[in-house]
Amino acid sequence: MALLDVNHLDVRFALRRGDVQALRDVSFSLERGERLGIVGESGAGKSVAAFSLLNLIAKPGYIAGGSIHFDGRDLTQMSDRALRHVRGHRMSMIFQDPMMTLNPVLSIGEQMVECLKAHRRISNREARAISLRKLEQVQIPSPAARLDQYPHELSGGMRQRVIIAIALLLDPDIIIADEPTTALDVTIQAEIMALLLELCEKHNVGLILITHDLGVVSQVTQRMLVMYAGRVIEQGPTREIINDPQHPYTQGLINALPQMATPGSRLNQIPGSMPSLDNLPSGCAFHPRCGFVERADGTPRRACIDEAPGFVTSGNCRVACHMVAEMLERERIPAEEIR
Amino acid sequence: MTTTNSSMASAPVASRWSRFRGSYLLYSFKRDPIAQLSLVVFIALVAVAVLAPWLAPMNPYDLAQIDIMASELPPFWVEGSDPTYPMGTDAQGRDLLSTLLYGARVSLIIGFGAVALQALLGVSFGLLAGYLGGRVDAFLMRLADIQLSFSTLMVAIVVGALVKAAFGGATFSAYAVPLLVLIIGLAEWPQYARTVRASVLAERSKEYVDAARVMGFTSRRIMFRHILPNTLSPIFVISTVQVANAIISEAALSFLGLGMPETHPSLGSLIKSGFDYLQSGSWWITLIPGLVLVVLVLVINLLGDWLRDVLNPRLYKG
Repeated sequence: MALLDVNHLDVRFALRRGDVQALRDVSFSLERGERLGIVGESGAGKSVAAFSLLNLIAKPGYIAGGSIHFDGRDLTQMSDRALRHVRGHRMSMIFQDPMMTLNPVLSIGEQMVECLKAHRRISNREARAISLRKLEQVQIPSPAARLDQYPHELSGGMRQRVIIAIALLLDPDIIIADEPTTALDVTIQAEIMALLLELCEKHNVGLILITHDLGVVSQVTQRMLVMYAGRVIEQGPTREIINDPQHPYTQGLINALPQMATPGSRLNQIPGSMPSLDNLPSGCAFHPRCGFVERADGTPRRACIDEAPGFVTSGNCRVACHMVAEMLERERIPAEEIR
Repeated sequence: MTTTNSSMASAPVASRWSRFRGSYLLYSFKRDPIAQLSLVVFIALVAVAVLAPWLAPMNPYDLAQIDIMASELPPFWVEGSDPTYPMGTDAQGRDLLSTLLYGARVSLIIGFGAVALQALLGVSFGLLAGYLGGRVDAFLMRLADIQLSFSTLMVAIVVGALVKAAFGGATFSAYAVPLLVLIIGLAEWPQYARTVRASVLAERSKEYVDAARVMGFTSRRIMFRHILPNTLSPIFVISTVQVANAIISEAALSFLGLGMPETHPSLGSLIKSGFDYLQSGSWWITLIPGLVLVVLVLVINLLGDWLRDVLNPRLYKG
């Protein structure tokens, strides 16, 4: 069994006008030391997925179904006490904005010592020593002085280093990084990402990287999920998906990268915008924006509009798309006829 | 590793003081003469009040020291004064200076005591209401609304009447100070609760709270260790206003006869005791305690204004 095994996870938000399904049938697994990317537009459910992994979705959200097995135990069934032990200790999280993630009134040292003392029975002195060692690991300049500084005295890049140090503080098995570099200066983004990758590799820490930057995903992760409107629409080895995307949405995303456009012309884009979760279109949620609802011969594919696509396996990837399913079907039938 | 260990051991002790010396708080204080003057006056008033038993020429609570023949003597700058009583005497022949010192002491004790009680109740309820939300929030805030609809005066009348009916007037007089602390503390806690709740609501949605939950901290730890320190600036600011208000409330209650008895006068009951003699020309019995009260409340409010300007995040960020 994998270290983390998410099966058919459903997350809903109980709103006054009825439940809104934020995650639908999300399944994936993560081996020890493996790096997984979760990609999608804003509102696709990436961050909800991250928080639900720690069973920490804020009200009115709740886990409506499915399981999250971590190290053999189901997080959705755990007591609060047992969950607190997992949070921060076995799984930690890095947030998007380093300006907001650190408590402004506590010094860096106080925050780090507090994390350590919440999970381990150690003295202040030991905790400070461990904190210092972690700050050294994230290559922050003059780490000893940082312990007594407050967050506002550090630059954005340094703060994100501190946050990475805090995430690594208790030697977790998995780090969930929710867009760890989007709020940073472009020049620092690559540095921070390289640091995170290096530390994860060195300490054999699993990484779940949530981002909309396909470039970063392709460099850092081994496997990836593409999410759309709360569903996983394509998942598999990163290399295969980037090189040969099957789902029209993934194709659109990759085509939208600036390097895919001819210089001087407009950048490619996917027409329309993602539907809101409480008003999803029928059938495949992507069909109003999809260029493949009509077959090449002009006949419409009714299934796209009428029924939600199930997963089909293509190579090492799983894809939820009627068009891909049909193509695979067509490839299979001639092969049987030949036999 | 060893060198860094030794350097970090000595760092935190020195830094607090040097941090204060380099802080914006001190910087702005040095540049604000009104704040400086207010602080000096305030400290002087507190000091003489605290040291009253040693500074006062006589003990106004000791009936044996009172000479009824020396009643209604004017202060030293008015003709007919007696050098033994520099501020004059009241209608019962008590030395007004001594009574003032003791009275300021009573007023300050009640003021600070009541605010401490308000803060304790208000901050706890505000934190719980803001952080937990939902039914707890609704319940506590309706409780606050109900409390606010009773004025301090009504609480004082109800509590005073109950205590007097149950234990008699003598008991009320004996326990007047803790009772007034209780009355003013109970009547005004919603001020704190509302302010704290509002800041907690603003803080709760910030990412550092999510980060703290992700780190596996308990709710109690997040509330008191992470959110509470971030709401301290408004708490400090309303505390100054509340101390001034509590002192005024106590004076008003005492003036109306619902507060400190005249045998154990606060500034308010002194003003009241002199009020009856105002028409007969003994203006000093009312005017001098009145001036002390005004100065005390004024300097507290001025300090509060300065603190609000300094701690206002819109004027100063950092």
